[in-house]
Amino acid sequence: MPRPRARIHLVPNTRPIHANAQRAASGRYSAARLFLEGLIGHRGWSRAWHKATPRPRYRVVIVGAGGHGLATAYYLATEFGIHDVAVIEKGPLGLGNVGRNTTIIRSNYFRPDNVRFYDYSLRLWEGLERRLNFNAMVSQRGTLNLFHTESQRDLFTRRANGMRLLSVDALALERDAVKALVPLVDLDNGRYPVLGGFLQPRGGTVRHDAVAWGYARAASAAGVDIIEHCEVSSIRRAGQRVRGVDTPYGLIEADTVCLAVAGHSSHLAAMAGLRLPIETHVLQAFVSEPVKPVLDVVLTYGAGHFYVSQSDKGGLVFGGGIDGYNSYGQRGTLPMAEDVAAAGLTLMPGLARLRVLRQWGGVMDMSMDGSPIISRTPLDGLVINCGWCYGGFKAIPAGGMATAHLIARGEPHPLAAHLDLDRFATGRTLDERGLGPFPYAH
Amino acid sequence: MLRIPCPWCGVRDETEFRYRGDAAVPRPEAEAGLAEYSACTYKRTNQRGWHVEWWLHVGGCRKLLKLVRHTVTHEIHAVGHPQDRLAAPPEAAPPGAAPP
Repeated sequence: MPRPRARIHLVPNTRPIHANAQRAASGRYSAARLFLEGLIGHRGWSRAWHKATPRPRYRVVIVGAGGHGLATAYYLATEFGIHDVAVIEKGPLGLGNVGRNTTIIRSNYFRPDNVRFYDYSLRLWEGLERRLNFNAMVSQRGTLNLFHTESQRDLFTRRANGMRLLSVDALALERDAVKALVPLVDLDNGRYPVLGGFLQPRGGTVRHDAVAWGYARAASAAGVDIIEHCEVSSIRRAGQRVRGVDTPYGLIEADTVCLAVAGHSSHLAAMAGLRLPIETHVLQAFVSEPVKPVLDVVLTYGAGHFYVSQSDKGGLVFGGGIDGYNSYGQRGTLPMAEDVAAAGLTLMPGLARLRVLRQWGGVMDMSMDGSPIISRTPLDGLVINCGWCYGGFKAIPAGGMATAHLIARGEPHPLAAHLDLDRFATGRTLDERGLGPFPYAH
Repeated sequence: MLRIPCPWCGVRDETEFRYRGDAAVPRPEAEAGLAEYSACTYKRTNQRGWHVEWWLHVGGCRKLLKLVRHTVTHEIHAVGHPQDRLAAPPEAAPPGAAPP
């Protein structure tokens, strides 16, 4: 016989809440509140963020409710005191690249200016959940890059030493230590035996959907309007200044318009008459069926393009390189899927019978030098945040902070000044691997 | 999988080819300034639609070819020799417009 449910009446949730009052209604999340809600059948929760309808004018309009757009709005409101902000999104929130990546965070770069920027991002990740009051499942399980040749060992050692000079954590691991950390790896495979690894202990993974929702909730609570299904059809200008954007809701005017639209950056910039040093390419990612814990670091193969981590549900989340030619199709092709699987099995033959559960593709804003762009543009009042290639996720907190700084202060954030658009014309390109102006090669 | 009709070898899988980028970038005059050369090196139209592009048949005849391909549907409209002037069709062109 079913037990009668406990009847405890605290706050009935049946009365309509006015839209603007609902903004703050989600309240603070805490263990005590979870316990109390458990007693009343979880009827007290409300929407995490408020679905706004746009006003005709804002101080700042951000196009794209992905990681960088939402983080920019949040930092504008909380760090720089600018609350008159709208984030507009053509589809539902968080379904672009912020919900399509392999959730890896790290700062193990080569160039000192990149190490400083990405490590700032990593430090913001470290305090993010407390700040947003949202469980983003930040897990600093370490990122391990394997090396397979002596010259690769030299390169990684140089990279690790460069990081340590900047007070960023990096460790060189010998074969035995790699074997202990990742027993599944076939160290002595005939083709690319593993000589050792390069570990950043503070790297790891973050639950990507929680990042979008955490920033959206905190930005909404700080007064930012988030508007879904609001695709920009054109960018209006008044002389040499941006005036606003045309949307299904009509013209939305703004002093500053910020584009944070990843793979669609060229498309939107063209509305303002700009051509960007960007090509759009598709990157696939995969997740396997869930298995028991087999991998507790983020592992990167050094002899092929393959990186893998295990999610808390048990699925192995993995990916490789871009498909290799311009594409706006948010799906991948089979040759690259085969390539990624082959690289993974060379590394970990024990996974051969694991089945792939899902596969998806996202469109990447591949820049000409492989580094991102946070910059003003030739059109006054138009700011862009793009060019993240396939490394935008890890940079969300720092990218948002730097973009907010640029919008609020009118000058670049000190850690992101090198990411300006002018660097291509003036020859200061930031090419981590010295590959040249070929986006499909980065 | 793209099936690319190489003008010399016939239809082959995309895995035989290597992509070499946008083929519609005009090369500036020899006397052009820094701005023109910088734009030629770095700026791309990056169409969402028909795209004229270079492919190298590395796993076949090793020759360079030009392709007109749609960047959303991946439909191939035309293929030609490097010197051919291939134009992108108007949007929503009927599929299978005859390659040369």
